[in-house]
Amino acid sequence: MTHAETKRQLWYVQRISAMVLACCVVAHLAIMIYAVRGGLSGAEILARTQGSWLFGAFYAVFVLGCAAHVPIGVTNIAEEWFGVRGFKSTLIAQLFTWGILILGLRAVWGVIAS
Amino acid sequence: MKRTNDSRARNHAAYWAFLMHRVSGLALALFLPVHFWALGQAIKGTAALDGFLQFADQPLFKFAEWGLVVLLSLHMMCGVRLLLIEFRPWTGLRKNWITGAVGFSLATGMAFGLALIR
Repeated sequence: MTHAETKRQLWYVQRISAMVLACCVVAHLAIMIYAVRGGLSGAEILARTQGSWLFGAFYAVFVLGCAAHVPIGVTNIAEEWFGVRGFKSTLIAQLFTWGILILGLRAVWGVIAS
Repeated sequence: MKRTNDSRARNHAAYWAFLMHRVSGLALALFLPVHFWALGQAIKGTAALDGFLQFADQPLFKFAEWGLVVLLSLHMMCGVRLLLIEFRPWTGLRKNWITGAVGFSLATGMAFGLALIR
Protein backbone atom coordinates (compact mmCIF):
# COMPACT_ATOMS: atom_id res chain seq x y z
CA MET A 1 0.00 0.00 0.00
CA THR A 2 1.37 3.42 -0.88
CA HIS A 3 1.97 6.08 1.76
CA ALA A 4 -0.79 8.23 0.24
CA GLU A 5 -3.27 5.35 0.33
CA THR A 6 -2.42 4.62 3.98
CA LYS A 7 -2.93 8.32 4.84
CA ARG A 8 -6.26 8.31 2.98
CA GLN A 9 -7.48 5.32 4.98
CA LEU A 10 -6.26 6.81 8.26
CA TRP A 11 -8.12 10.03 7.41
CA TYR A 12 -11.37 8.00 7.21
CA VAL A 13 -10.62 6.06 10.39
CA GLN A 14 -10.02 9.36 12.22
CA ARG A 15 -13.28 10.89 10.93
CA ILE A 16 -15.48 7.84 11.52
CA SER A 17 -14.05 7.31 15.01
CA ALA A 18 -14.64 11.06 15.62
CA MET A 19 -18.34 10.62 14.82
CA VAL A 20 -18.62 7.82 17.39
CA LEU A 21 -16.49 9.71 19.94
CA ALA A 22 -18.56 12.92 19.62
CA CYS A 23 -21.61 10.96 20.86
CA CYS A 24 -19.55 9.31 23.63
CA VAL A 25 -18.09 12.66 24.76
CA VAL A 26 -21.52 14.30 25.10
CA ALA A 27 -22.67 11.39 27.30
CA HIS A 28 -19.36 11.39 29.23
CA LEU A 29 -19.60 15.15 29.96
CA ALA A 30 -23.15 14.73 31.26
CA ILE A 31 -22.18 11.72 33.42
CA MET A 32 -19.15 13.59 34.82
CA ILE A 33 -21.11 16.70 35.74
CA TYR A 34 -23.66 14.46 37.45
CA ALA A 35 -21.04 12.25 39.13
CA VAL A 36 -18.77 14.90 40.69
CA ARG A 37 -21.57 16.52 42.69
CA GLY A 38 -20.84 15.99 46.36
CA GLY A 39 -17.34 14.68 45.65
CA LEU A 40 -16.08 11.44 44.13
CA SER A 41 -15.74 8.20 46.04
CA GLY A 42 -14.67 4.78 44.87
CA ALA A 43 -17.76 3.15 46.37
CA GLU A 44 -20.06 5.63 44.61
CA ILE A 45 -18.38 5.10 41.22
CA LEU A 46 -18.37 1.32 41.52
CA ALA A 47 -21.97 1.18 42.77
CA ARG A 48 -22.97 2.87 39.53
CA THR A 49 -20.81 0.81 37.18
CA GLN A 50 -20.25 -2.67 38.66
CA GLY A 51 -22.27 -5.31 36.84
CA SER A 52 -23.75 -2.73 34.48
CA TRP A 53 -23.29 -4.10 30.98
CA LEU A 54 -24.77 -0.91 29.57
CA PHE A 55 -21.94 1.14 31.13
CA GLY A 56 -19.50 -1.62 30.16
CA ALA A 57 -20.53 -1.57 26.48
CA PHE A 58 -20.55 2.23 26.42
CA TYR A 59 -17.06 2.59 27.87
CA ALA A 60 -15.67 -0.28 25.77
CA VAL A 61 -16.88 1.50 22.61
CA PHE A 62 -15.42 4.75 24.00
CA VAL A 63 -12.01 3.10 24.55
CA LEU A 64 -12.03 1.45 21.10
CA GLY A 65 -12.90 4.82 19.54
CA CYS A 66 -10.01 6.48 21.41
CA ALA A 67 -7.58 3.71 20.44
CA ALA A 68 -8.46 4.32 16.77
CA HIS A 69 -8.63 8.13 16.94
CA VAL A 70 -5.82 9.28 19.25
CA PRO A 71 -2.78 7.60 17.59
CA ILE A 72 -3.66 9.14 14.20
CA GLY A 73 -3.86 12.66 15.65
CA VAL A 74 -0.73 12.28 17.78
CA THR A 75 1.23 10.90 14.81
CA ASN A 76 0.06 13.79 12.60
CA ILE A 77 1.25 16.28 15.24
CA ALA A 78 4.58 14.46 15.64
CA GLU A 79 5.11 14.49 11.86
CA GLU A 80 3.93 18.05 11.16
CA TRP A 81 5.27 19.87 14.20
CA PHE A 82 8.29 17.83 15.25
CA GLY A 83 9.44 16.39 11.92
CA VAL A 84 9.17 12.78 13.13
CA ARG A 85 9.25 10.30 10.24
CA GLY A 86 9.29 6.62 9.36
CA PHE A 87 9.93 4.09 12.12
CA LYS A 88 9.66 6.63 14.98
CA SER A 89 6.29 7.78 13.68
CA THR A 90 5.01 4.18 13.51
CA LEU A 91 6.38 3.53 16.99
CA ILE A 92 4.47 6.49 18.44
CA ALA A 93 1.26 5.30 16.75
CA GLN A 94 1.70 1.73 18.03
CA LEU A 95 2.56 2.94 21.54
CA PHE A 96 -0.62 5.04 21.78
CA THR A 97 -2.83 2.38 20.15
CA TRP A 98 -1.77 -0.44 22.46
CA GLY A 99 -1.34 1.79 25.51
CA ILE A 100 -4.88 3.15 25.22
CA LEU A 101 -6.35 -0.23 24.30
CA ILE A 102 -4.73 -2.16 27.16
CA LEU A 103 -5.02 0.50 29.88
CA GLY A 104 -8.51 1.52 28.69
CA LEU A 105 -10.01 -1.97 28.57
CA ARG A 106 -8.30 -2.77 31.88
CA ALA A 107 -10.01 0.29 33.40
CA VAL A 108 -13.38 -0.76 31.94
CA TRP A 109 -12.90 -4.26 33.35
CA GLY A 110 -11.91 -2.72 36.69
CA VAL A 111 -15.02 -0.60 37.12
CA ILE A 112 -17.52 -3.06 35.58
CA ALA A 113 -16.47 -6.62 36.32
CA SER A 114 -13.99 -6.70 39.21
CA MET B 1 5.61 46.46 7.32
CA LYS B 2 5.30 43.76 4.74
CA ARG B 3 3.14 40.94 5.96
CA THR B 4 4.12 37.46 5.01
CA ASN B 5 1.65 34.91 3.77
CA ASP B 6 2.15 32.96 6.98
CA SER B 7 1.06 35.74 9.31
CA ARG B 8 -2.03 36.43 7.18
CA ALA B 9 -2.94 32.77 7.12
CA ARG B 10 -2.53 32.57 10.89
CA ASN B 11 -4.24 35.80 11.86
CA HIS B 12 -7.59 34.18 11.31
CA ALA B 13 -10.39 32.59 13.35
CA ALA B 14 -10.03 29.30 11.46
CA TYR B 15 -6.34 29.11 12.35
CA TRP B 16 -7.18 29.65 16.02
CA ALA B 17 -9.81 26.91 15.71
CA PHE B 18 -7.14 24.59 14.26
CA LEU B 19 -4.75 25.48 17.08
CA MET B 20 -7.37 24.98 19.82
CA HIS B 21 -8.34 21.64 18.29
CA ARG B 22 -4.75 20.46 18.03
CA VAL B 23 -3.46 21.60 21.43
CA SER B 24 -6.56 20.29 23.24
CA GLY B 25 -6.20 16.98 21.38
CA LEU B 26 -2.56 16.65 22.38
CA ALA B 27 -3.32 17.43 26.04
CA LEU B 28 -6.15 14.88 26.07
CA ALA B 29 -3.97 12.24 24.39
CA LEU B 30 -1.31 12.66 27.08
CA PHE B 31 -3.88 12.63 29.88
CA LEU B 32 -5.79 9.56 28.66
CA PRO B 33 -3.28 6.86 29.70
CA VAL B 34 -3.04 8.40 33.20
CA HIS B 35 -6.85 8.55 33.43
CA PHE B 36 -7.16 4.88 32.44
CA TRP B 37 -4.37 3.85 34.78
CA ALA B 38 -6.14 5.64 37.67
CA LEU B 39 -9.51 3.99 36.92
CA GLY B 40 -7.72 0.66 36.52
CA GLN B 41 -6.92 0.83 40.25
CA ALA B 42 -10.48 -0.48 40.71
CA ILE B 43 -9.15 -3.93 39.76
CA LYS B 44 -7.37 -3.97 43.13
CA GLY B 45 -10.60 -3.06 44.91
CA THR B 46 -12.52 -0.05 46.20
CA ALA B 47 -9.78 0.87 48.69
CA ALA B 48 -7.16 1.24 45.95
CA LEU B 49 -9.48 3.42 43.87
CA ASP B 50 -10.32 5.51 46.95
CA GLY B 51 -6.61 5.87 47.68
CA PHE B 52 -6.07 7.51 44.32
CA LEU B 53 -9.21 9.66 44.58
CA GLN B 54 -8.09 10.96 47.98
CA PHE B 55 -4.63 11.70 46.59
CA ALA B 56 -6.26 13.63 43.71
CA ASP B 57 -8.61 15.52 46.03
CA GLN B 58 -6.57 18.73 46.15
CA PRO B 59 -7.00 22.11 44.46
CA LEU B 60 -4.30 21.63 41.80
CA PHE B 61 -5.77 18.31 40.65
CA LYS B 62 -9.30 19.73 40.71
CA PHE B 63 -8.20 22.66 38.57
CA ALA B 64 -6.45 20.31 36.10
CA GLU B 65 -9.58 18.13 36.04
CA TRP B 66 -11.70 21.18 35.29
CA GLY B 67 -9.27 22.25 32.54
CA LEU B 68 -9.46 18.82 30.94
CA VAL B 69 -13.26 18.93 30.92
CA VAL B 70 -13.08 22.32 29.15
CA LEU B 71 -10.50 20.95 26.67
CA LEU B 72 -12.58 17.82 26.03
CA SER B 73 -15.70 19.83 25.15
CA LEU B 74 -13.62 22.26 23.08
CA HIS B 75 -11.94 19.42 21.17
CA MET B 76 -15.29 17.78 20.49
CA MET B 77 -16.89 21.00 19.18
CA CYS B 78 -13.88 21.84 16.97
CA GLY B 79 -14.01 18.27 15.63
CA VAL B 80 -17.73 18.43 14.90
CA ARG B 81 -17.08 21.66 12.98
CA LEU B 82 -14.57 19.83 10.77
CA LEU B 83 -16.97 16.92 10.25
CA LEU B 84 -19.73 19.33 9.20
CA ILE B 85 -17.45 21.14 6.75
CA GLU B 86 -16.11 17.88 5.32
CA PHE B 87 -19.23 15.72 5.20
CA ARG B 88 -22.15 18.16 4.90
CA PRO B 89 -22.85 20.44 1.95
CA TRP B 90 -21.60 23.45 3.93
CA THR B 91 -19.21 26.02 2.59
CA GLY B 92 -17.00 28.58 4.34
CA LEU B 93 -15.09 28.49 7.58
CA ARG B 94 -18.13 28.38 9.91
CA LYS B 95 -16.85 31.14 12.16
CA ASN B 96 -20.10 31.05 14.12
CA TRP B 97 -19.34 27.44 14.97
CA ILE B 98 -15.91 28.46 16.28
CA THR B 99 -17.56 31.01 18.58
CA GLY B 100 -20.12 28.38 19.55
CA ALA B 101 -17.35 25.91 20.35
CA VAL B 102 -15.70 28.35 22.77
CA GLY B 103 -19.08 29.19 24.28
CA PHE B 104 -20.05 25.54 24.68
CA SER B 105 -16.78 24.62 26.36
CA LEU B 106 -17.01 27.59 28.74
CA ALA B 107 -20.61 26.65 29.59
CA THR B 108 -19.54 23.04 30.19
CA GLY B 109 -16.67 24.33 32.32
CA MET B 110 -19.08 26.41 34.42
CA ALA B 111 -21.50 23.49 34.86
CA PHE B 112 -18.65 21.19 35.87
CA GLY B 113 -17.14 23.85 38.14
CA LEU B 114 -20.45 24.38 39.90
CA ALA B 115 -20.93 20.61 40.30
CA LEU B 116 -17.39 20.38 41.67
CA ILE B 117 -17.95 22.96 44.42
CA ARG B 118 -21.46 21.49 45.04
